[in-house]
Amino acid sequence: MWEYTDKVRDHFMNPRNVGEIENADGVGEVGSLACGDALTLYFKLDENERIVDAKFKTFGCASAIASSSALTEMIKGMPLDEAEKVTNEDIAEYLGGLPKEKMHCSVMGREALEAAIAHYRGIPLPMAEGEVVCECFGVTDLEVKRAIVESNLRSVEEITNFTKAGGGCGKCHERLEELLREARQDVQQIIPDKRPTRLTNIQKIKLIEEVLEREVRPNLRKDGGDIELVDVDGDFVIVSLRGACGTCKKSQTTLKEYVEKKLREQVLDTLIVEEEK
Amino acid sequence: MSKVVYMDNNATTRVAPEVLATMLPFFSELYGNPSSMHSFGGQVGRMVREAREKIAALLGAGPDELLFTSCGTESDSTAILSALQSFPEKRHIVTTRVEHPAVKNLCENLDKLTGHKHRVTQLPVNSDGTIDLDLYENSLDEETAIVSVMWANNETGVLFPIKEMAEIAKSRGILFHTDAVQAVGKIPINLSQVPIDFLSLSGHKLHAAKGIGVLYVRKGTPFVPFLIGGHQEHGRRGGTENVASIVGLGKACELAARNMNEENGRVKALRDKLEEGLLASIPNALLNGHKTLRLPNTTNISFEYVEGEAILLHLDRYGICASSGSACTSGSLEPSHVMRAMGVPFTAAHGSIRLSLSIYNTEEEVDFVLEKLPPIIAQLREMSPFWQGEHKGKVGGSQCRCSCS
Repeated sequence: MWEYTDKVRDHFMNPRNVGEIENADGVGEVGSLACGDALTLYFKLDENERIVDAKFKTFGCASAIASSSALTEMIKGMPLDEAEKVTNEDIAEYLGGLPKEKMHCSVMGREALEAAIAHYRGIPLPMAEGEVVCECFGVTDLEVKRAIVESNLRSVEEITNFTKAGGGCGKCHERLEELLREARQDVQQIIPDKRPTRLTNIQKIKLIEEVLEREVRPNLRKDGGDIELVDVDGDFVIVSLRGACGTCKKSQTTLKEYVEKKLREQVLDTLIVEEEK
Repeated sequence: MSKVVYMDNNATTRVAPEVLATMLPFFSELYGNPSSMHSFGGQVGRMVREAREKIAALLGAGPDELLFTSCGTESDSTAILSALQSFPEKRHIVTTRVEHPAVKNLCENLDKLTGHKHRVTQLPVNSDGTIDLDLYENSLDEETAIVSVMWANNETGVLFPIKEMAEIAKSRGILFHTDAVQAVGKIPINLSQVPIDFLSLSGHKLHAAKGIGVLYVRKGTPFVPFLIGGHQEHGRRGGTENVASIVGLGKACELAARNMNEENGRVKALRDKLEEGLLASIPNALLNGHKTLRLPNTTNISFEYVEGEAILLHLDRYGICASSGSACTSGSLEPSHVMRAMGVPFTAAHGSIRLSLSIYNTEEEVDFVLEKLPPIIAQLREMSPFWQGEHKGKVGGSQCRCSCS
């Protein structure tokens, strides 16, 4: 059985904003019956391009329905140019996380929103322009690359979890490997450039949090552990280890060899990570 | 969760209270090793022998034709790999597209496992899940080492004509294995009348414990062991016997023989009431599998335009346990291979629900499901863009062309 958060269960059992909007300003349709999930998203704007109403209809599993419900709750009241920036990670986060095999449900939500915005603006969808990589599920290289970069994907399996690409006949796995290498190279080139020489305290804390959230926590969670940022005092980063990490004998090694290394690479090379006493 | 309405007996069954009672002493005072030379262990050996006789009686087999294994999967692997080793010059296997993964995945990975090239014929099935005997007969050739065909399908309950298929294989001198995990205990089986060479069964599907399986090997059938170790099972399967589970399985087989009429009478009537009630009260509901060539306890129904996992989670709220062939429940992205092999239309494949009963189910439980399920389907359809609506489908690429469509 899937481990769903209470929030996913709540949005599945009591979905918000189910239905259609007549004369909607934007309508986005993604997925198909054959694929096993599909979503139609409607939104209505006011004169300032603020989303005043959003509704959905979804065919799919619990996380597809919950993601759709969460998306409509998130974008209601948002100016359109802000809604445009909502990512699948935001949807998953709103729901307190999704099982990794179900991340594609949040991606579907984001794609429906993009489709609805493109429909409103009368422009073609940028993602549809790409070359179709996965024929089974109709996924383009642009969609795959974006997912790799945004969600920091590291394997074909993760690409499948997020985009469904490669989840059918499997013929595209080699091409996905290629895209993974290309996209990862891009990512690795970008990261050092993002590191400014001088940081304010707030910038520093924010960057540390981002790296912990994006890179460190998912890896620790795989082993049943977790980490929380307690304080940043000068170069000292005080963290608290949770879950399996709290009792693991190797946790000090993890702290120095992995967490500290990551933070030094990506934030500031003088940082020292210590555990909260 | 207070009340549980358990209708997922093809997944696993409750251990019968009588079975549990026979098992318990082996976790306390009767801890001897059945192979020991002292009478303390010897008495345990005697109880294992009695259990073996009871199991053999249910199958119409001889006690010395049974090997105890750890599960149905081990039995399947043992039988198929044994046949391939007995006939190293034959590298062709005939099986079906709807086998349980224990057989299907093994056959699909034989080349990697054995380092030899194999030819695997996976016979297609008709839209009602039945098989074409002519197609089967034509698939056999000089190179065929073994046929492995399930007796009853776990998802639909559809029965294959095992007797006819085994006779055809025998007349061609080809070994025949059947995965009878779903059939044993639910329908009468008499191996003195059916010329099969290997049969797999699993304890937990017939109210015994998990972790015990049996492989029947007909006397005279060539056999190469899978687990090699001690002299247990006359050297055909090493490893100290899982005594408590074996004795429990003996009891379960005794009970199954006694309950066979109830299973095919009362339980079948409950299943029929459930199935007919659901098909009558829910529009766009389709039965998957042949109506009569089927296990008495299983029904598999597709509800068009809704997704199986969503149905299961709503049922779960009422304590109703069922399964689905939908993609989402398995973690894969495509609906079950059984639904695809039967060509269930994609409007329905993702919305298939299996309800499998046992003698522990009651009419009140059937009525409860008949009351709760229709509104769940209606509610989900209300939310579905395909229900009385248009949905042009996929942006961002081509139309979905997965193998389910």
